Amino acid sequence: MTESNGADDESMEFNLRLYVAGQTPKSLAAIANLKRICEDNLAGRYKIEVIDLVVTPQLAAGDQIVAIPTLVRRLPPPLKRMIGDLSNSEKVIVGLDLRPIGKIVS
Amino acid sequence: MHLPKTPTGIGGLDDLTLGGLPTGRPTLLCGAAGCGKTLFGMTFLVNGAVKFGENGVFMSFEEREGDLAANVHSLGFDIDGLVARKKLVIDYVRIERAEIEESGEYDLEGLFVRLGHAIDTVGAKRVVLDTIEALFSGLADSSILRAELRRLFGWLKDKGVTAIITAERGEGQLTRFGIEEYVSDCVILLDNRVQEQVVTRRLRVVKYRGSAHGTNEYPFLIDNEGISVLPITSAGLGHAISDESVPTGVKDLDAMLGIGGYFKGSSILISGLAGTGKSTFGAAFADAACGRGEKCLYFAFEESPDQVVRNMRSVGIDLTTHLKAGLLKFEAARPSLFGFEMHLARMNRDIEQFKPSMIVVDPISAFRGPSTEIHATLIRLADICKTRGITALFTSLSAIDEQMNESERSISSLMDTWISLRDIEADGERNRVLYLLKSRGMSHSKQVREYELSDDGIHLTEPYLGPEGVLTGAARMAQEAREREAENERAELAEQRKRQLTRKRNALERQIAEMRAALDAEEDEASKLVDHQSVRSTSTAADRAAMAKKRGGSR
Repeated sequence: MTESNGADDESMEFNLRLYVAGQTPKSLAAIANLKRICEDNLAGRYKIEVIDLVVTPQLAAGDQIVAIPTLVRRLPPPLKRMIGDLSNSEKVIVGLDLRPIGKIVS
Repeated sequence: MHLPKTPTGIGGLDDLTLGGLPTGRPTLLCGAAGCGKTLFGMTFLVNGAVKFGENGVFMSFEEREGDLAANVHSLGFDIDGLVARKKLVIDYVRIERAEIEESGEYDLEGLFVRLGHAIDTVGAKRVVLDTIEALFSGLADSSILRAELRRLFGWLKDKGVTAIITAERGEGQLTRFGIEEYVSDCVILLDNRVQEQVVTRRLRVVKYRGSAHGTNEYPFLIDNEGISVLPITSAGLGHAISDESVPTGVKDLDAMLGIGGYFKGSSILISGLAGTGKSTFGAAFADAACGRGEKCLYFAFEESPDQVVRNMRSVGIDLTTHLKAGLLKFEAARPSLFGFEMHLARMNRDIEQFKPSMIVVDPISAFRGPSTEIHATLIRLADICKTRGITALFTSLSAIDEQMNESERSISSLMDTWISLRDIEADGERNRVLYLLKSRGMSHSKQVREYELSDDGIHLTEPYLGPEGVLTGAARMAQEAREREAENERAELAEQRKRQLTRKRNALERQIAEMRAALDAEEDEASKLVDHQSVRSTSTAADRAAMAKKRGGSR
């Protein structure tokens, strides 16, 4: 039996939350990178929430944010985290399990 | 300009840093596991909130909020209450490497945001980061980390908060990840050393930029009263002295000392073999002090308080009433429980809290270990007492045939009065004698005295001193009896001689009387004869005259 990671379930929606702090180049790059990766891999079944900690610092503790930018995959479970400006797409795809198991990207 | 300082409220530490930690700057607190870093940080914050009106933030990288609160609850720190009253914020930062993937560049702005938010929430002046090095195991890119830490400490300074950053002790350097590079204003090292199977905690201020500070290693103590650091000796010997005397609790002993007791604030050593009643002398001293309404602290290292009380009852010293009145306090602990310095720190704290006017340490010989350490410990204890004007009585167990043992030798020069208790074994019994080995600043008896522990206390008796040497106990009594007998005999003899003389005198006088009577008789006879003769001669003449007349007249 193959392990299900949620990505092969076409109906599964990805709920992603990206924590940034202000409009820094790193933050902007992360937002742009995330959008691009999601469009490429999860078109139509993802939701991105960008949280600016400069505006709402009280939210940092809840998701145990230390580094910025941090991407949290809230759904599907399990919870996964990724830090950095997401410039390495391959790592993001693998790290967040955005690609169904066994499926080869052309 | 004087460097502003923030008091930690930790007894002793503020003394040796001359005021506390540098205000508005980060201080690095490093030490191996189990040194008390977390507790130190927490004490700093709680004292700040409770004693100095400065709120704090505790950012924990290792322990959860709940665990932290539970761990320090035993010290009487009400963390939950402080958090509820918005005097303290505890933020637990959890970093699990396994849960974090890295992709591209990042910084630790999230941490800054959290910390900044926490500081602003309560208007914190004090911050503890415990221990920030956990980041190194949570995040892979140490070059980013180092740059961010440098930024963090700068940022803390800009915020104007007084921060403690804890770090694990590293090999060959102060911290495992070398963060002492970034925190350089004040570095405090905690140490937990095992020596002769006994642990001693020590603290050293490695560096304090812009301020003088004590440079030695200072023992510190963590127990249910919190942390206390013992600043070592004001060894200047500048303590004020007193001419007053303090009764010894043994009347006869008072008389042996020139001023009628020990000097107030002096140190007294009572040394002796097992069973010579050292503790009894200590207890008698304590009893007398409490009887005068003074406070006495009794450090028992070999017996439990109850045992001391029971044993002293048998010699007529009732300590229970003093205990109930709160004048007497026992502090009992096995010497092996902590290291010397730990004991010292504990004793120092007890003395500070109880403020006794005299202490009894029973016995100092219970401390085993390198003599230099015993020496240092006892010197400091004696100094602590002297600077406070506390009269301190130490007992010490000597070994048989040993003039002085290690602890005595090391402490003897510190002692103002030294009473030696000895056993004299002779004629199948053991007797106790004491003598004053020394007593500074007063004339005192040099006499060896025998003493007895009776059921109404300690009594000294005059020993037998004579041609036979010093005799004690039964031997003394026998000798005294012998002497009494001899005395009687002599008296009898004299009486006899007197009687004989009288008899002789009487006889002689009788003789004289007889002779005188004989003489008188003779005299009587003689006078009779003379009378007779004169009568006869008169009559003869008359006869002649008559005859001549008859023959015919005169021729």
